[in-house]
Amino acid sequence: MKALTNRSKVAVNKELSFMERLYFPAIIKGMAITLSHLFKKKATLKYPEVQKEFAPVYRGKHVLKRDEKGAENCTACGLCAVACPAEAITMTAAERKKGEEGKYREEKYAAVYEINMLRCIFCGLCEEACPKEAIFLTDEIVKTSYDRQDFVYGKDKLVEDMNNRIDITKRQKKY
Amino acid sequence: MAKVTIDGHTVEVPDGTTILQAARAIGGEVAPPTMCYHSKLKTSGGYCRTCIVKVSKGSDKDPRPMPKLVASCRTTVMDGMEVQNLTSPEVVDARKGVVEFLLMNHPLDCPICDQAGECHLQDLGYQNGGEKTRFDFERRTFERKDIGDKIQLHMNRCILCYRCVKTADQITDGRCHGVMNRGDVSEISTYIEKAIDNDFSGNMIDVCPVGALTDKTFRFKSRVWFTKPMDAHRDCKKCSGKVTLWEKGDEVLRVTGRKDQWGENEEWICNDCRFEHKKTSDWTIEGPRNIDRHSVISQNHYMKLATPHFKKLDK
Repeated sequence: MKALTNRSKVAVNKELSFMERLYFPAIIKGMAITLSHLFKKKATLKYPEVQKEFAPVYRGKHVLKRDEKGAENCTACGLCAVACPAEAITMTAAERKKGEEGKYREEKYAAVYEINMLRCIFCGLCEEACPKEAIFLTDEIVKTSYDRQDFVYGKDKLVEDMNNRIDITKRQKKY
Repeated sequence: MAKVTIDGHTVEVPDGTTILQAARAIGGEVAPPTMCYHSKLKTSGGYCRTCIVKVSKGSDKDPRPMPKLVASCRTTVMDGMEVQNLTSPEVVDARKGVVEFLLMNHPLDCPICDQAGECHLQDLGYQNGGEKTRFDFERRTFERKDIGDKIQLHMNRCILCYRCVKTADQITDGRCHGVMNRGDVSEISTYIEKAIDNDFSGNMIDVCPVGALTDKTFRFKSRVWFTKPMDAHRDCKKCSGKVTLWEKGDEVLRVTGRKDQWGENEEWICNDCRFEHKKTSDWTIEGPRNIDRHSVISQNHYMKLATPHFKKLDK
């Protein structure tokens, strides 16, 4: 039968030569490869002490950004929730009252904003849908827990802390 | 009867029909978009120029084309007329210009606006508009005016289609709101800040193609695509009582009139139905309202269940 490809090798029961029968050259060759790895850069990291930097496209826990003055960017427009393929995002909007201009950037804001991290598939579509540059996916990891309720992240966990701001410039869309 | 050909589709319509009505009789893409025209309001149309079409052949008797693009909502058909809508690049280009004009002063606050998702201007912008604005100046803004506790007026969003004025004029007796001032500064207002308290004034919310007039009782409650539209009716002494309920869970968030496929009210409903009956028990539910599947409102609304498939597996 004609072979379909030329990759298959035909086995030959040819008798080995004297040098091949010795096996020593092959063993030394193998040892040399092993030895050479001692002087090469290590492929692994000592994890807890040394941590690898995430790629800029890594998609981890979400953050709800504030602007320079500390007002929340999110206006509860619902585009993230409608874009979400896992239906993980829910929100309730409220109207900004007088005197709250420093807290919320627009007339409307999200009074409740919840992401169910167990439903979330970290696809980043919410970030893409957001017209207000409010939601971003960061390089933080969602913490483990024994309780399901702990994975429903509300505004307390999502909104950015002004004293500990998260840099998202690498993830901002360039126009 | 007049025979008219629009974009290659021929239709026979009674004399006196407008090109727009003839195009709607054909249906689909052939019908030009409209902003100010409303089929239930007399003398509406002719302001926004969105529905412009090219008449490439005037009629059988006089086959000369019309010199300029015409507003299809105000031009009546002639026998043998040939009209181009989407097949004419001139019309497509001109409509893009019209959209640019309409969006010149329109704020980009769709994320806040309650009309988003059912806004005609949004649809129009997506279908015919450009990606960017070329307008370098500050957008025109108005001071916020309170026109009552049921209706919210956002003058900044208004495109001056006059639909609400026509509604107030024709549906309610004794109109108390209209357009004030002229030109760039013209605005919708009640006369001397008088609150609108007519029984049918709420229909202005339904006819508004943008978010200039919105339901104050629904303000910021929910985005329309998170609500579930249901057809419902009740015995009402004042109106037909046929409405669409916009529900979230068991809660009725908003009551509106039923709108046809062109986004225009089928029937007018009274303020009593619209604002005062916000319990499911007030209504007889007929079933879910059929929403065009291209609309964002139909997003995540599942009409059919996959039960037949499961039944097959059981056997």
